[in-house]
Amino acid sequence: MATLTEERRSTSSSAVSYRRFLSRHISWVPVFAAVIILVVMIAGAMWYFPNFQLNRIMSSILLDNAYLLVLAVGMTFVILTGGIDLSVGAVMAFTGILCAKMLGDGVPVAVAIPAMVLIGAAIGLLIGILVQFFDVQPFIASLIGMFLARGLAFVVSLESIKVDNEGLLWLQSTRFSFAGWYITPTGIIALLTVALAAFVLRYTRFGRTVYAVGGNEQSARLMGLPVVRAKLSVYVISGVCAGLAGIVLTAYSGAGYPLNGVGTELDTIAAVVIGGTLLTGGSGFVIGSMVGVFVYGLIRTIISFSGAEQSWTRITVGALLLLFVVVQRVIVSRSALSR
Amino acid sequence: MMDPMPAAVAPPLLEVRGASVRFGVEAALSGVDFRLRAGEVHSLMGENGAGKSTLIKAITGALRLDDGDILIEGRPVRLSSPAEAQAAGISTVYQEIDLLPNLTVAENISLGREPRRWGMIDHAEMRRRASSALAALGVDVDPASVLSSHPLAVQQLVAIARAVSVEVKVLVLDEPTSSLDADEVAELFRVVRELKDTGIAVVFVSHFLDQVYEICDRVTVLRGGHLVGEYATRELLRIDLVEKMLGAAAGVLAPLGQRTVDDSEGPAIVSARGLTAGPRLREADLDLAEGEVIGVAGLLGSGRSELARALTGVDRPGSGEVFVDGAPVRFGSPREAMSRRIAYSSENRRTEGVIGDLSVLDNISLALQAQRGVLRRMSTARRRELATSWVEALHIRPADIDRPVSTLSGGNQQKVLLARLLALSPRVIVLDEPTRGIDVGAKAEIQRLVGELSDNGLSIIYISAELDEVLRVAHLVAVMRDGVLAQIVPAADLTPDALLALVAKPESPGEAANG
Amino acid sequence: MKKFLTHRLVWPIAALLALIAINTISRPSFLSITMQNGQFYGSLIDILRNSAPLMLVALGMTLVIATRGIDLSVGAIMAVSGAVALTVIEASPDPGNLGVVFTAIAAAVGVALLLGVWNGFLVSVLGIQPIIATLVLMLAGRGVALLITGGFITTINSDPYKFIAGGYVLGLPFAFFVAIFAVIVVGVLERRTALGMLTEAVGINPEASRLAGVRSRGIIWGAYIASGALAGIAGILYSSNIMAADANAAGLYIELDAILAVVLGGTSLAGGKFSLAGTVVGVFTIQTLKSTITFLGVPPAVSPVFMAAAVLIVVLLQSRRFRAYFHTAGRSALRPITRRPDAKVLS
Repeated sequence: MATLTEERRSTSSSAVSYRRFLSRHISWVPVFAAVIILVVMIAGAMWYFPNFQLNRIMSSILLDNAYLLVLAVGMTFVILTGGIDLSVGAVMAFTGILCAKMLGDGVPVAVAIPAMVLIGAAIGLLIGILVQFFDVQPFIASLIGMFLARGLAFVVSLESIKVDNEGLLWLQSTRFSFAGWYITPTGIIALLTVALAAFVLRYTRFGRTVYAVGGNEQSARLMGLPVVRAKLSVYVISGVCAGLAGIVLTAYSGAGYPLNGVGTELDTIAAVVIGGTLLTGGSGFVIGSMVGVFVYGLIRTIISFSGAEQSWTRITVGALLLLFVVVQRVIVSRSALSR
Repeated sequence: MMDPMPAAVAPPLLEVRGASVRFGVEAALSGVDFRLRAGEVHSLMGENGAGKSTLIKAITGALRLDDGDILIEGRPVRLSSPAEAQAAGISTVYQEIDLLPNLTVAENISLGREPRRWGMIDHAEMRRRASSALAALGVDVDPASVLSSHPLAVQQLVAIARAVSVEVKVLVLDEPTSSLDADEVAELFRVVRELKDTGIAVVFVSHFLDQVYEICDRVTVLRGGHLVGEYATRELLRIDLVEKMLGAAAGVLAPLGQRTVDDSEGPAIVSARGLTAGPRLREADLDLAEGEVIGVAGLLGSGRSELARALTGVDRPGSGEVFVDGAPVRFGSPREAMSRRIAYSSENRRTEGVIGDLSVLDNISLALQAQRGVLRRMSTARRRELATSWVEALHIRPADIDRPVSTLSGGNQQKVLLARLLALSPRVIVLDEPTRGIDVGAKAEIQRLVGELSDNGLSIIYISAELDEVLRVAHLVAVMRDGVLAQIVPAADLTPDALLALVAKPESPGEAANG
Repeated sequence: MKKFLTHRLVWPIAALLALIAINTISRPSFLSITMQNGQFYGSLIDILRNSAPLMLVALGMTLVIATRGIDLSVGAIMAVSGAVALTVIEASPDPGNLGVVFTAIAAAVGVALLLGVWNGFLVSVLGIQPIIATLVLMLAGRGVALLITGGFITTINSDPYKFIAGGYVLGLPFAFFVAIFAVIVVGVLERRTALGMLTEAVGINPEASRLAGVRSRGIIWGAYIASGALAGIAGILYSSNIMAADANAAGLYIELDAILAVVLGGTSLAGGKFSLAGTVVGVFTIQTLKSTITFLGVPPAVSPVFMAAAVLIVVLLQSRRFRAYFHTAGRSALRPITRRPDAKVLS
């Protein structure tokens, strides 16, 4: 008692409440940093480009990057447990082209869409089993998934397949507008995914176990938490999200294309890390990942606005990712030293 | 040894009978009995390798006994998993504090049995439960705060709150005070007394004698996997306790002959003034002359290894100075120390010493090759000659230099490590527990070798938990207590009992010899 | 006999021979080598030539893996290297000039070396996990390559440059000699100096090595520099083959092939003991596998499925649990629960 109360008496009340706030919400700080970056970028863009309308641009960012948002939600689950999933781009392409083919062959939309989600889940399960039961490192296990999915995409078709199905295309072509802002059903799907994930992570034991595994897997197991189930499930969730992203992307581009998503897993990881999720696991929020996706999308938009080459996008994102990783590392080693 | 139980007393809360555990050929526990009564604080004591952690693991369900029984309130139980132990009412707080640093205090207390409302986790209720659990212990911590925002001492209290938030009969505290300062220890003890009053039995595993005497009612001493005895702390002198932990002088090995210090000591090759390092080493002054052997004696946790590591560049010293040939030095790495011909042999032979997968040849030539650098490769013939000559000189068996070191016995592994260091032609070597876990014959060999080396001018710092060994090899004995190098005494002036008394002496001046 | 069977090269070589045998049985022409205009032709010759870029990258990857690391950026470095070389040549008034070509190659490999220095800095000085550190370059590197080429696929017309991938010396492809030369240089560097032994020590037990006075940081840094430089040379080979700098396609997925080759050759992903000879065998095995797939009429785009299967099999065989499942079915399952240190799965 002595140390604790002494500490409090010696500091002013505002310092105390600041520290209290920090001690409750420390994991939100990186997310906050991402939001600041986003706001600064928006402000800068609005000042620099005369025809930069906030509502139009933000709506179009969501439209163009809905698939990435869905992927980022799944990736957040995996990274929270300290793992990584490199297969998401390939799985997205595979489910996308398979969906296009099925629809082209006359399979009803109501069957095709769940089938895609299930296939994504199956590949995710394969990866999860390798990681959990065979001690394969996640990046190798997910590479196997990536290889598999990419090859299977080409088995379905070597070229793109156009989609005529009205049901699927409706997801993209319909727009709900309000005061200059608009959103498509794909955008709604993406946002709902975020909301559902946020709920699960905060209010279910499974969600807390995901955080626990990332914090200290050994302790989580000793506490009796369902660690094995959690570690398997996060890869399944990532696969489900990849399947969903495949549907979203196919609706968006109106076609399935086996070469979709090359490098998308890196974009996804970058968005999640920039959004404040620590790569070491245990800390981060899907809301943050959403901010990260918007940062990514905004970078892309600004670069195309300024007429520079598209390849600057990847470079900027890579640089930002590096910055976040280095800062995360410095903070981690600082706090380890102070122990 | 065991005090007789009065006839009309309830069975002990927890009883272990004839526990035995073997790891391969090694017997970690042999026929150990342990009795724990309700409402008492009971300490489990013994040096490294005594079997303490094995017994704890058996009680907490992390380990199955090969032989023996465990009874709770007189009924035999099978504790084959931590969950079963928990269900039987045994909760543990480990030294590493197995909680989740990234979750809140409230979650850490309730996770695994969290309150729900409409299927969702009820965070508000979880915070309320945490508040009351902490209040019951008289601890004031914000339940909504993230665990890692608190110092280790507070995290430990949260761990205790979790442990007792369910029906608990026995609370095991494994080295709870290793990282706590005096105020935090006092707070912990207050909480322990609260728990005691509610009838919970507390097992207190610690090597800090002062604390054991302060908080514990009874003590069980283990040595070499065997039970030495169970005593009331009130009735046991500190010095007797230490003697039971360390054992009387082995007497098996012939004395090497008393080592005397020359009247004309040479100038100090290595010196330390006011050396500190980390939380454990608080103050050390030392002078080591050529050909001198300084034995370092002290209990576990007294700062012995920390001193060795601070002197040889393995760890960064906190404050104070190290001098080589009179000039101050700052070693940033073991490599720098070795370039001044000062070498260190770690007590963790397996993890920090020999590289198991590499051959004897590679292990012996490693340091010398590292010193020469990448480009000046020693020819294979030269390396083989080097290794072979050391294998012969140190009687390393089997004499096959191409075998992986992991296939050698502990004693021979230690010799390989020694050969590696000696191949550098050092002036000073610091040996940390070189004979731990080694059979008697190999022990004698190494001790004899140390004597020969020092006769040839090598200066040696020799750390050992076995006091008679220290007396046998050393010219001077440095006694360490609680992180302080308390005194340096010529070995010739000490008997094993006298050294024992010095090592066991309480730090606080007011404490009488019988604790 | 036992020592022969347990030599770590036995199984990789056996796998390669088996693959060659299967190929020969299904198409006897696999083994045939013809001679035209003083040059050898045949499936085997194709394998020797086409495996050259992978050989270079896999050599570097072996060193990095031996230090318990990984280099995911090699493909991107290849792209950058090709972009630099071709841009230099294209900008010159005389692309066929030997001096220009040498300058281009030197510039390209120099840049690749610098990228390796960058990777090594992140890992050995800043202590960032190798996967993440090299992931950054994997992400940004192709973008940089695209910038260098101005977003286009730069093509050139230069006979000396074309010779690198297409030329023949003593009847055999020049590219093959480049690869063999690299193998010899790296082999000599590792085994004739103390570098190999010290690298293994660092990979097996970094802390014990530090206590023994080994310069861990320099060794780890050097491995990434080597990996970068070798990837740079591979990039030259690749761009010479298509006489173009294709920033998106250059070295795509080659890091995965390289990791597989290293693992097939017997080096463990956990670091420590490594085998360059094993990697060479692994590279030939993968190249033969690809040739087999092509021969079977499988479109090359689909070949990743087979790669996945191959990696899966190898990884399962190396997995302890998999082996334990077959070995200790009878042993008691009641082992003491040992506390494993928290293995952060990314590393």
